[in-house]
Amino acid sequence: MTSSEPGSKPTKRAWVTMSSYKDMAISKALNAGLQQAMLKNEKVLMFGEDVAELGGVFRVTEGLYKEFGQSRIFNTPIAESGIVGTAIGLAMRGYRPVVEIQFDGFVFPAFNQITSQLAKLTYRSEGAMQMPVVIRIPYGGGIGAVEHHSESPEAYFAHTPGLRVVTPSNPNDAYWMMQQAIESSDPVIMLEPKRRYWQKGPVNLDTAPMPLHNARVMLEGTQVTLLAYGPMVTAALQAAEIGAEEGVSIEVIDLRSLSPIDYPTIMASVKKTSRAVIVHEAPTNVSLSSEIAARISNEAFYNLEAPVIRVGGFDTPYPPAKLEEAFLPDADRILEAIDRSLAY
Amino acid sequence: MTPENQPPMLQLLAPDGTYGVPKGYEAYGKIIEELDQDFLKLLYTDMARIRRFDIEATALQRQGQLGLWVPAIGQEGAQIGSGHAVGKNDHIFPSYREHGVALTHGVELISILKMMRGVNHGGWDPEETRFHHYAIVLATQVLHAVGYAMGVKLDGKVGTGDREKDLAVISYFGDGATAEGDVSEGLLFAAVNESPIVFFIQNNQWAISSHIDSQTKAPLYTRGEGFGVPGMRIDGNDVLACYAATRLHMDNARSGEGPFLLEALTYRIGAHTTSDDPSKYREDAEVDEWKAKDPIKRFEIFLRRQGIGDDFFEEVKVAGDDLAKKIRAETFALEDPPLGNIFNHVYTEQHPEIDKQRAWLEAYEARMGDHE
Repeated sequence: MTSSEPGSKPTKRAWVTMSSYKDMAISKALNAGLQQAMLKNEKVLMFGEDVAELGGVFRVTEGLYKEFGQSRIFNTPIAESGIVGTAIGLAMRGYRPVVEIQFDGFVFPAFNQITSQLAKLTYRSEGAMQMPVVIRIPYGGGIGAVEHHSESPEAYFAHTPGLRVVTPSNPNDAYWMMQQAIESSDPVIMLEPKRRYWQKGPVNLDTAPMPLHNARVMLEGTQVTLLAYGPMVTAALQAAEIGAEEGVSIEVIDLRSLSPIDYPTIMASVKKTSRAVIVHEAPTNVSLSSEIAARISNEAFYNLEAPVIRVGGFDTPYPPAKLEEAFLPDADRILEAIDRSLAY
Repeated sequence: MTPENQPPMLQLLAPDGTYGVPKGYEAYGKIIEELDQDFLKLLYTDMARIRRFDIEATALQRQGQLGLWVPAIGQEGAQIGSGHAVGKNDHIFPSYREHGVALTHGVELISILKMMRGVNHGGWDPEETRFHHYAIVLATQVLHAVGYAMGVKLDGKVGTGDREKDLAVISYFGDGATAEGDVSEGLLFAAVNESPIVFFIQNNQWAISSHIDSQTKAPLYTRGEGFGVPGMRIDGNDVLACYAATRLHMDNARSGEGPFLLEALTYRIGAHTTSDDPSKYREDAEVDEWKAKDPIKRFEIFLRRQGIGDDFFEEVKVAGDDLAKKIRAETFALEDPPLGNIFNHVYTEQHPEIDKQRAWLEAYEARMGDHE
């Protein structure tokens, strides 16, 4: 780290003080959430590949280097294990590191540090150590990218005890969940739906909508519960809209948190509708939907009118971009599954 | 003393107990020559104590009291010498064989055995002792150490010239661990951040059954050079060289000179762990050759030449046996952890699934208990 620190005095951007809603894209909302966290707590550090002057390849950290300087946000060598491993050491020293993994498919060199160290240090130390580290990962497909840039690795992390895993689907959640993740004393994997980065929506700058690990009923319905998260929430809402036109009442739930999962909200809905369809981009084999389906069959067995149906990517590696449209679930695939559910 | 095809190595105390400062290493000699006799006696006492502890721990494992033991016999010079050279604010990130370093930093030895017995996974307070937990996945701790050192620098606690304030970090790892990518990444991150850290390699020449020749083609003290981290080789069986080199390079790191790498050339006299059988992969002659270079024996000769007599050595022996007895009694008195420890500290904050599973196990145990 060099001693030159551009803009070492943090200043609030004009809109931050506005006590109202502001429309912004998800990437901008994440950026604003990061800025707020850095303003609130000087122990919050940000680092990763190309996050400083450039602002990251998706510009999620844009402007932060200029505002907070090299001692708060810096580029690292291109070494993901090094990024997460040093974040752990900085957390031991009392910092709250927020690190960026450039793309979903690049997280695996850090897998050992995440699963065998970050996730286990609080347990190993019997609570003597806390690991307030946030790992930001742009994830999911739909952007026509080359291999390793479109993956959905959430199940690996949700399966790992000691980690918290969250994913926002809209700008308001992006803004607030980012700040809540940074405030958590446990490690949080923040999965950012990269193909929705440019999707705009209102952000309430004054009040957090709900705790980090709560699911949200996005749309109330009576005939079937549709569970989605991250990039698939948009597709789920589209499906519900089309369904409504066709006279099918779909309740859409955005899980928001993948570990822990807000089961009370899911079960309340399934007990009401008696049907559940789960959608995600990841392969369905041993996935989030496998677990949720198992839990629904345990906790709402007598309420079910149909088996839980899952809509996901196929159990293949992520295909070349020219095939991704057929690989990824969309509103039509979701509605096809809902039809099957309603046929029981 | 060093064969011609071997790289240069700092040695202050020869295997026959002769003290001498090689040309060019005067700064290291000066550190030793300023030590008083009590401190020299402490180095000996701690080496003897940790060896006696090691023998007892092996016996306890053989008797079924420990799941595993990881002997460090032969490496006492490297561990006690470097451990005592670490400053009072400095932080230590060990691998899993650094029992001697633990001893020099006030870690209760029974807490190491607790871990090996399966009572817990860590068991001492890393903030209080500044001796972090053992890292069982090789080299993971190297990156934690570098991150910690990056934090120390961000805190402005490097190079202020205030000895009460400044601190540095030392990371221990073995020759086998140097093959892990985390070592390379750690060296690189430390170099580009000019972090206050010393990388301390104990090259005991055997990575379980793999000889050092199959782990590297270049001497390990050169491993940092390509990353911009200078290094040197020291005689790991010479407690004085290990003390002096660690002291000098930790002082340098603390005063802002950036990272440095020390390769302590030593030898693992015992097995990799109590599950290993070294007779399958190495010759007795090699072990005998290294027994002749024993760190404790050569230091005893040195101390006797300083006028320290039988009384002291007898005292140390008795104290060692007392320690062994105490450790044995403490091990037998260890209680199994409560079942609740399965669930404690998975998260620092409330977690509904863990809470539910804890409640289920409690209810299950209560129910099944009725049938016993």
